[in-house]
This record gives sequence, C-alpha cells and structure tokens, in this order.
Amino acid sequence: MARRPRILVGKPGLDGHDRGAKVIASALRDAGMEVIYTGLRVSPEAIVATAAQESVDVIGLSILSGAHETICARIAALLRERELDIPVVVGGVIPHADVPRLKELGVADVFGQEATLPQIVSRVRDLAAAASEGEEIRDPGARGSRATRSGEPERAKADNKGGAK
Amino acid sequence: MTKKTTRSGIEIKPLYTAADLAPDLDARLGAPGEYPFARGIYPTMYRGKLWTMRQYAGFGTPRETNERFRYLLAEGQTGLSVALDLPTQLGYDSDAPDAAGEVGRVGVAIDSLADMEEIFAGIPLDQVTTSFTINATAPILLAMYQATAEKQGVAPERIAGTVQNDLLKEFGSRGAWVFPIDPSLRLCVDVIQYCTDKLPRFNPISIASHYRDAGANPVEEAAYTLSAGVAYARACVDRGLAVDAFAPRLSFFWYTYTNFFEEIAKYRAARRIWAATMRDRFGADRADSQRLRSACVCGGHSLTKQEPLNNIARTTIETMAVALGGLQSVFTAAYDEAYAIPTELAAKTALRVQQIVAYETDVAATVDPLAGSYFVEALTDEMERAIRGVMDEIDRRGGMVECLRSGWVQRKIGERAYEWQRKLESGEVVIPGVNRFASPEENQHDVEVHRVPLELERAQVERVRKVRAERDAARTAAALERLSAAARSTDNLMPPVVEAVRAYATVGEITGVLRRVFGTYVPPVF
Repeated sequence: MARRPRILVGKPGLDGHDRGAKVIASALRDAGMEVIYTGLRVSPEAIVATAAQESVDVIGLSILSGAHETICARIAALLRERELDIPVVVGGVIPHADVPRLKELGVADVFGQEATLPQIVSRVRDLAAAASEGEEIRDPGARGSRATRSGEPERAKADNKGGAK
Repeated sequence: MTKKTTRSGIEIKPLYTAADLAPDLDARLGAPGEYPFARGIYPTMYRGKLWTMRQYAGFGTPRETNERFRYLLAEGQTGLSVALDLPTQLGYDSDAPDAAGEVGRVGVAIDSLADMEEIFAGIPLDQVTTSFTINATAPILLAMYQATAEKQGVAPERIAGTVQNDLLKEFGSRGAWVFPIDPSLRLCVDVIQYCTDKLPRFNPISIASHYRDAGANPVEEAAYTLSAGVAYARACVDRGLAVDAFAPRLSFFWYTYTNFFEEIAKYRAARRIWAATMRDRFGADRADSQRLRSACVCGGHSLTKQEPLNNIARTTIETMAVALGGLQSVFTAAYDEAYAIPTELAAKTALRVQQIVAYETDVAATVDPLAGSYFVEALTDEMERAIRGVMDEIDRRGGMVECLRSGWVQRKIGERAYEWQRKLESGEVVIPGVNRFASPEENQHDVEVHRVPLELERAQVERVRKVRAERDAARTAAALERLSAAARSTDNLMPPVVEAVRAYATVGEITGVLRRVFGTYVPPVF
C-alpha cells in the first residue's frame, strides 16, 4: 500500500501574505496528502533542511514579493549541494515571462493565480508519485535518505510524468 | 427563485419595502456629523472636503520614489502614501543576508535618515500629508519623517500623516510582525502616546482590515478590525492615557471589494458600532473620539490577474461604494496589481478612476445619498447585528489579543479563504473573465509589467554602507546604547528612537537592538 505523499509547503522570503499557501495546504490535506507547512519567512536553508529531514516528496513554494528568481536559484543550489532530488513547484505572483527562467533553475512547475486547486493537487500528486517511485528504485524501503547519485535523470522523469496541464 | 446572499451570507430579498425600515430609523441615522454618525462623520461630508486621493507608491531606491511622488503630485494626487520594501518593514538593512532579492521590490528601501531625506527632497512636508504602511518598524520611520521635516525647517507639530502601526493585524493576517505580541503592543502605544504629546496632526495608528484580504468576509472583517480598535483603546487606557486625548487620533483602514451594497452598509454600520463602543464602553465624551475616521483600498484580492483591464471596472465600482459609504481617504489599486507594482500608466489610470467618480458623477454632491433606501437601511441594520455578534464572541474569548494569541482568528480566516476558493472553482460565485466568460488563451502573456532591476539593490547596498562609514560612529553607538537601556525599562521608546535616527542609526541596527531585548514572535501552529 502506497504511503501518503508528503508535501512541504514553504513561504520563503520576507512576504507575509500566506492566504495562498494556506489554501493550497488545506487542499492538499483534503486530497489525502500529508502537509508540512513551514510558516512565514523561512530561509531557503531551513526549507531544504526540513524537506530532507521530513523526507518530503515535493516542495511547494509560495512567493508573492517578486523575489522568486533569487529564492528559487538558492533552493536549487542547496538541493544540488545536498544531492537531493526533490521536485520543486512554485505558486504566487509570477509573471509568465519569468517561468522559463524558473524552469531552467530546475523548478518542475509554476502555478499562477489562474491555476485551480484540482490542477495543483493532481500535478503535485503526480510529482510525488514519480519522486517516491524513483526513490524505491534507488533505495528500497529506506525513507529518510533521499540522496541521489545524480539528480538530473530523476528530474527529467518527474517532468514527463506530470500531466495536469 | 434561488436564494441570494451577500458575501457575508446575509440573505438579500428580491424586494425591500417601507416595512423593512426600522421604526426608529431617524435615531439610528442621526444627522451627518452627529452621533451615531451612520450618515457620515462630518456634517457636510464631501461638499466640505472631498476624500483624499492617496495612491500607495514607492519602489526601488529613494530617488525613484521621489520621482514617482513628484509625478503623482503633478497629476493631481492630494496626499502621499509610501510603500516600503519588505526588508524595511521587517527591520533589515538592504545589505542584510535576509534582504537579498527583496530590496526595493514591493516598495522603497529605507535604511537610514539619508534615504528619508532623499524621498522627500523638494516636497515641503508642511504642505503634504504622508501615510506610511509601516508596522513593526513604525517608530523608526515616524522618527525619520519627523527628523526630515526638522531638516526642512518644519516643526514636528506641523507635520501630518499616518503610520499604520497596527501590529494586531500583522499577527492575524498580514504577517509582517517582528516582536512578540506584548512588546509589539507596547511599541504601538508608545507611538500613540508620543504623537498625542508631540505630533498632534499625525495619526499614530491606522487600524487595518487586512483580515479581509486574507479571507475574512465583510462582517468578520469589520468585527476583527473594530475589536482590534477596542484592544488598542484598552491598551491606551491601561497606559494611563485619557480616552478623549488619544481616541480622536485613532484612524482605520478598510478593504472594499465589488460587493457594492454590502460594502456601503458595512461602513455605515461600522461607524455606528464604533461611536457606541467609544461612548458607552470607554466613556468618550468628545464627538471626535466617536468618529470612525477611515481610509480604504479599492482592489486587493478582488482584482484578477486574468484580463487585467477588467480591474479598472472593478475599482470604479469599489470607489463608488466608498464614496457612498462616506470614507475620508481612498487608494485605488492599479489594474496590474496582480502582476507587480504598477507601471506609470497603470498608476495614472488608477488615480483617474477616483477623479472620474469624484468629478464626473454626482455621488459627492450630497451627503449620504442612499439614506432611507429600504434595502440599504435594512442591510445596514443586519450588518450591524452580525458584526456585533462576532465582536461579542471575540469578547467572550478574552478579546482580540487573546483570539490572536490562540490562533482562533487566523484559523477562521484560513477556513474562509479555502471556502472562497472552492466556491470560485465550483462556480458558486461568478467572477467574469476568471470562472465564467473566460478567454484562457488571452492569459498566456503578461501585461507590461513594472520591473525593478537588480542593480537598484546593489546601489542601495552601497548607499547604506556609505552612510555607516561616514556618520559619527561614537554618537550612533551611544544612541543605540541608550535605546537598549530604555527598551529594558518601561519608558516610551520614541525619544531614544528619534535620537538614534538623528545619529543615522539604520533601521536594521535599531530593530536589532529591540530584537535582542524583546525577542521574536513565534506564531501558533497552522
């Protein structure tokens, strides 16, 4: 029987508008996922550390202040440093023009204000399924050590599996 | 016929008649400018003085903001409203690691007095009124404004404006808290006391309804905001301030969405409740203590990213509601609000919305034009009952401070936000261009978006470092030391903050001193 997907919902940066983050957290919980909400103003370092410690399947970030590029670059670097392959999705106030840059940084998906809860839930579930499938192949049965030898192929697989859009 | 309700869930009947009017309607209304102020807080309302058009602006470095302010004043704006960037709001200097990527983004970066001086260069501070959306660091920004005025030769008692200085709503909804609840309240009251004594034309607090933008419905918005007002009044009384000395300086800030009649009724009901609360609960005798002086924003969560030009129609409806609701100061958000801070075109158009409502229509020509409307009066009464119901529940739970400490308010707001999103997605509420009559293919590209280049961050970082290198270091250190000692006592912290600011201590340094004494707030678990 598959484990419930574990999702970290993070609010990095200094912005305190957490309406979106909380709505998403509620929707993911109602969809049967386990949600770890970090609260406000959590550093990229703390987000990645929590993600590793809690063995989450997906990291969801809510960013409304315009600092998305700086923050996503930092989180991507930290994940690489720790050799963690956890898909990252971002929601908030993100201009369409910035989406390609975030994808280049390794962000699996970006949800604007027009994204619906079912779309987000389904995409996150797919990413989580792909992530834990990858993990079982790598390291069957051992939760908690999610380090991969090479992040890139796993990331590509996660991207292909997502079919929400 | 299907049932219709307001956003707060109050049923709207298909027809209202004279039978819906309260038998004691005249007493419930009173004359404009008189208790209970349902018809407005001044006798002549907009015939005497139009509302203040105060557009929230500020971005990048002080120089860019100075340019935008001069532009808005030249376009006919009548008051200034400073948007601060998040590092300034949270007490970090622009070169702090926590500030990376956030400098000058959602507002202007202010690190030291030098920045405040530049923002208001060429703008005489005895001729404008300025509002600062600033909370945890409000004492510092207020001190800087006073010091800037002094340098212009303007005495403290002549400067006018507002600091938001409402920390309760930061804990409840907006999230820009720094210190724990009790020292935060102390700082709020320090500012109120200081302004009452030294800056008589300055509004030391703008009790704000961000609960609404976080998810609360209009009834809850009013109940939480007015209950916060009660908590502040209580804190001032506990400090030993006389109610008729501080109460006239309390001001409010609201959110207005497109639920037109409900918004109008909300403002009329809120005025009645506040007047009664101040008179009956706090024994305020002066009419000025009972007047709910209010500013508002038209926009916020009611605006959409999809088909952004539709937002001009939305803010127009909202501005009409505000004018009919009788508020004193209005900010209309720009159509690109859901993307970024506004472009110059978007900012100008937003100001024009207000000017069109004020000058092309006749809503400002007579006081409280909707008085006596069967529907509006019935809805005002129902809103009043419902708001009082929630306020009573808050009282039973120990008051607004306790309801925030326990997380009760935050949980209610979170539930409401989720409920709204589900109603939106099920089609139970209709937002044209979003969940009906939508054209998704048009939403694949952005409107022209205002960009804050990263070079501005580097420039501001250099600027604060230069200030630190060039100031009288011994004087700054001594001022910060005195502030630290005062924070450990029960003295009012405004005088030592003013001294530190004059010595070019930075926002980050002053906040750092207070953080070391007070610690940092830890929110209840969501």
